Amino acid sequence: MRYEAPGSLEGAVALLAGATGDARVLAGGTDLLVQMRADIVDPELIVDIKKIPETRAITEEKGGWRVGAAVTGAELKEHARLRKAWPGVVEAANLIGSTQVQGRATLGGNLCNGSPAADSVPALIAAGAVTTMAGPQGTRDLPVEDVMLGPRKLALRKGEFIVSFLLPPRPKGSSDAYLRFIPRTEMDIAVVGAGVSLTVDGGGTITAARVGLGAVAARVLLVAEAAQAIIGSRLDEAAQERLSAAARAACRPIDDKRGTTEFRIDVAGVLTRRAALIALDRARTS
Amino acid sequence: MAKHHIEATVNGDAVEFLCETEETLLDVLRDTLHLTGSKEGCASGDCGACSVMLNGRLVCSCLVLGCEVGGQKIETIEGMAAGETLHPLQQQFLKSAALQCGICTPGFLVASKALLERTPDPTETEVRYWLAGNLCRCTGYDKIVSAVMDTAAAMRKG
Repeated sequence: MRYEAPGSLEGAVALLAGATGDARVLAGGTDLLVQMRADIVDPELIVDIKKIPETRAITEEKGGWRVGAAVTGAELKEHARLRKAWPGVVEAANLIGSTQVQGRATLGGNLCNGSPAADSVPALIAAGAVTTMAGPQGTRDLPVEDVMLGPRKLALRKGEFIVSFLLPPRPKGSSDAYLRFIPRTEMDIAVVGAGVSLTVDGGGTITAARVGLGAVAARVLLVAEAAQAIIGSRLDEAAQERLSAAARAACRPIDDKRGTTEFRIDVAGVLTRRAALIALDRARTS
Repeated sequence: MAKHHIEATVNGDAVEFLCETEETLLDVLRDTLHLTGSKEGCASGDCGACSVMLNGRLVCSCLVLGCEVGGQKIETIEGMAAGETLHPLQQQFLKSAALQCGICTPGFLVASKALLERTPDPTETEVRYWLAGNLCRCTGYDKIVSAVMDTAAAMRKG
């Protein structure tokens, strides 16, 4: 098993594109090392991307924020301005694992692990985050909702990896929130996860919204119908009901030991409504 | 392929070692450097028994590759006492009997020290959330949490 830690995007792309066997990108390693240990994967090549400066930076860009794919959850939490701009994205990332896992786990890894229950992904989708990937043909951008195709299946082509995420600029009166259901207080995998990002005008009317739902389908969903259900409203009781109903209608969950199909659908409606109320409260005071 | 030749700092000492790609930092600490204070409980990042500091950040050493740590600074439980003088947390864990079998104890101590360095006056809730990634199957946690709270109070008094 080969290990390489290139210092540039080009170096990483050349290694990944030239690999003859299974090649894996290493960021925080909190999924990859577990899968290696369990013999789920046995890569021929590991490309550690943490020495590439672009993957490790949090920078302001055109009024938004660019977050490197290998920035850790702990680093996101410590970045006061990012936390203020995107509290939902940061709180979602911070729900992944323990303090120890937060010291290593990354947004890029959470997305590329390809789990429909990944906590940061519904929040990133709600945020309208766009990934920048490097590959043999140069870089390209892809919205987060288009990266994951199904469990463990990604839209990345051979030689490509995610370098960073762009969280777009947002008008005043905008905020976001993420909630998940787990059967205990900490350290578990989402049974349902709901991210909501919205903008409210001075009169209290919602002018823009996006909703992401996790663990209720084979991939994390962008639910446009749920967003439409509250745009133009003041998130009154009727709008909340429409939002819950639209969220539930989008769910196509599995039935497993962590939650039945019926339970997941019901909880998706509850969490989406609650996340929207938190996001609205934050937006009013942002 | 040839082993990786790695130079790093462990508990303030320069060390060098050879390792295979698939060896974790925990494997290297225990089997190569013979620092067996860090324990392997789950080998999947769930139990925290292998907790160490990597460049000032609390991590599970079972989730770090040995070949990743070239040029980096590692602190383990072996570096916690100052010579023969135990760290206040170690003293309080003994005094409060905040351990039974002891397998989880090094991880709890390393994690608790990291908490108190950042948050000298934690609430009980903060202690419990911070230590949620350290599992103990003997004590039921109350004595551990109390020991951390008591140490924090004593250290604030100086």
